[in-house]
Amino acid sequence: MSRADPETEGTARTARPAADTGPVTEPAGAGRAPSPLRTLGLLRSELSTTFRRWRTLALLAVLAAVPVLVGIAVRIQTGDGQQSGRGGGGGPAFLTQVTHNGLFLVFTALAATLPFFLPLAVGVVAGDAVAGEANAGTLRYLLVAPAGRTRLLVVKYATTTAFCLVATLVVALSALAVGALLFPLGDLMTISGTRITFADGLGRALLIALAVAVSLTGLAALGLFVSTLTNSGVAAMATTVGLLITVQITDQLPQLHAIQPYLFPHYWLSFADLMRDPVYWDDLVKNLQLQALYAAVFGSAAWARFTTKDVTA
Amino acid sequence: MAPYETDDSTRAEDADDLRAGPRRSARYVVPVAVVGVAAATIGLVPALADSGNPDLPKITAQQLIEKIAKSDVQQMSGTVKITTDLGLPNLGGLQNSMASAAPRGGSGSSADPSSKLMELASGTHTVRVATDGQDRQKLSLVESAAEYSLIHDGKDVWGYDSASDQVFHSTAAQDGGKRHDPAPATPKDFADQALKAAGDTTSVTVGGTAQVAGRDAYKLVVKPKQSGSTVGAVTIAVDAKTGMPLKFTLTPASGGAAVVDAGFTKISYARPAASTFRFTPPKGAKVTEEKDGAHGDHRHPKGAGPSSHGLLPGMPGEKGAKGGRKVIGKGWNSIAVLDTGSKGGTPSASGAKGLGGMLGSLGDPVSGKFGKGTVFSTRLINALMMNDGKIYVGAVTKDALVKAADTGH
Repeated sequence: MSRADPETEGTARTARPAADTGPVTEPAGAGRAPSPLRTLGLLRSELSTTFRRWRTLALLAVLAAVPVLVGIAVRIQTGDGQQSGRGGGGGPAFLTQVTHNGLFLVFTALAATLPFFLPLAVGVVAGDAVAGEANAGTLRYLLVAPAGRTRLLVVKYATTTAFCLVATLVVALSALAVGALLFPLGDLMTISGTRITFADGLGRALLIALAVAVSLTGLAALGLFVSTLTNSGVAAMATTVGLLITVQITDQLPQLHAIQPYLFPHYWLSFADLMRDPVYWDDLVKNLQLQALYAAVFGSAAWARFTTKDVTA
Repeated sequence: MAPYETDDSTRAEDADDLRAGPRRSARYVVPVAVVGVAAATIGLVPALADSGNPDLPKITAQQLIEKIAKSDVQQMSGTVKITTDLGLPNLGGLQNSMASAAPRGGSGSSADPSSKLMELASGTHTVRVATDGQDRQKLSLVESAAEYSLIHDGKDVWGYDSASDQVFHSTAAQDGGKRHDPAPATPKDFADQALKAAGDTTSVTVGGTAQVAGRDAYKLVVKPKQSGSTVGAVTIAVDAKTGMPLKFTLTPASGGAAVVDAGFTKISYARPAASTFRFTPPKGAKVTEEKDGAHGDHRHPKGAGPSSHGLLPGMPGEKGAKGGRKVIGKGWNSIAVLDTGSKGGTPSASGAKGLGGMLGSLGDPVSGKFGKGTVFSTRLINALMMNDGKIYVGAVTKDALVKAADTGH
């Protein structure tokens, strides 16, 4: 049996099942067309499994409820036409501008959910990705299918990333709907004090949603790595969320400012820089680089772990 | 593979991995390598970017000063990073309470420039500036998810604080449209102040070249000739082409990090978009109109205490311009004498008085011919508070303060 030069490269591995397991697994090999279509099929099945889970839907419903709550609260507080009296006070970013323009509810909702709700949901999905399958005893069956572990892992990560995007969009769209219902729309003012058209504002809102989704990809890779370490889905989720909270706290301690630029949530709020005019790209780019770094480090660590792991369940 | 008659590809793969024993752990090399590459990149890129001082034709200090004076940059925009490290004790909540108390004495708006720009007096800040001629300037303080903008458009001056959604409005002085800057924020503002000081007490030299914000620049080094000043040196990087000061660094005589470091990280001499300077207050936002007479006061934010005392209190040029207090000594060693017992009107005096009670433990008690007092030190400014209410403030050493107090009596 010719062992056609396995691994070394992702692409080589992807093509591998056809070359390698082909002759061994006789009957299952009937419709053995190599990768792209098969990977797509695997991805599709993963996506539908993930997004059909009640747990996932409940998470998305909670996320969709946040902008509704924020919108109603702001509306009630300013219902008598009065400016909210707490000048410069707390609350998430952009909160004071919501009354001028409903579009700002999108930014406020994202700023409110980004520190905790969104990453929590991502942590649950990412932590569950591999460990949950192992826990339910289905991981073995997934591996029986001639997909290859690397490909399975890539598909799992792609699914988690898709969830990041969907979760962010759910928050943004819910906020847009609530904002349109409760507050006026129209031309809006950037936080730099210049005016932009509503279409421009919508474009920026979309960019902001993308920036927020990208902000979560580092955490998604971290969660996936944790997920390959254990066979308990709950343990993986708890660890991921625990890590998230720890890192968030670390990011707040002034004594640790030397390491803070390297913590994955450090530049999360940089999405607000898209509302400056001209856009201030420095921190946005830093955030992008940092998330790519986390994805590369923990993605490859997850790969190293998962491809060498003894799967017993 | 023959022994494995099952069609279990998992097994096959595991066997594959087990056979190649060392490769199991070898895979962890990948994440480690990624971390290594990232660390190397973080370490090396700034070093590489820093390399190479540009070769520029020789120039004398006099020519360079003239270049700055002649510089007529009408249109530009850029990003300035300001780091101020006065070595003040960390006041934390106290500073905040003073900051929130300050507007109450002023116009009561968080968009008031005098209350906002004193934030520049400590820490690191990013400021974006844009200029289009004399009538249009914009200065924005970049904050986390918020921004404070000060816009000068024709005869209007707008302050907009996006965090609280408050607007401040005043009309610019009509004297030919020359704006009175509320606080020095750009390297040019700092440089102007420093060069005012250039007299017989100062040595001015050209200290090589540098790259600032991607532009070739000469470095002008200004040093006090007298001893006793806490100012070590002032370095100004001047754009070789336009004569525009790009970076200002004030290092203390005691060494260590710069007390004030303000420099462009990005600069463009293109004309900024006209919309940059247009401002209409959003509907429903609280607009505060400036009261008459509050105008000239911006340079000395109320309640800022010694820290934001014009940011560069040691500069003799500035000292001389002030009335209502006595100045002794000359050049860099000038010391301001305030009598809080009788007046207490000057902003810095009231600030220092407020501080005095609470910070008594932070000062060093001294005594001399003048009687007894307490010295409060920062890395740049020292203040001697005497028990009879007189305060000696200056960018001079503690000994020089005590000596001045002795001779004053």
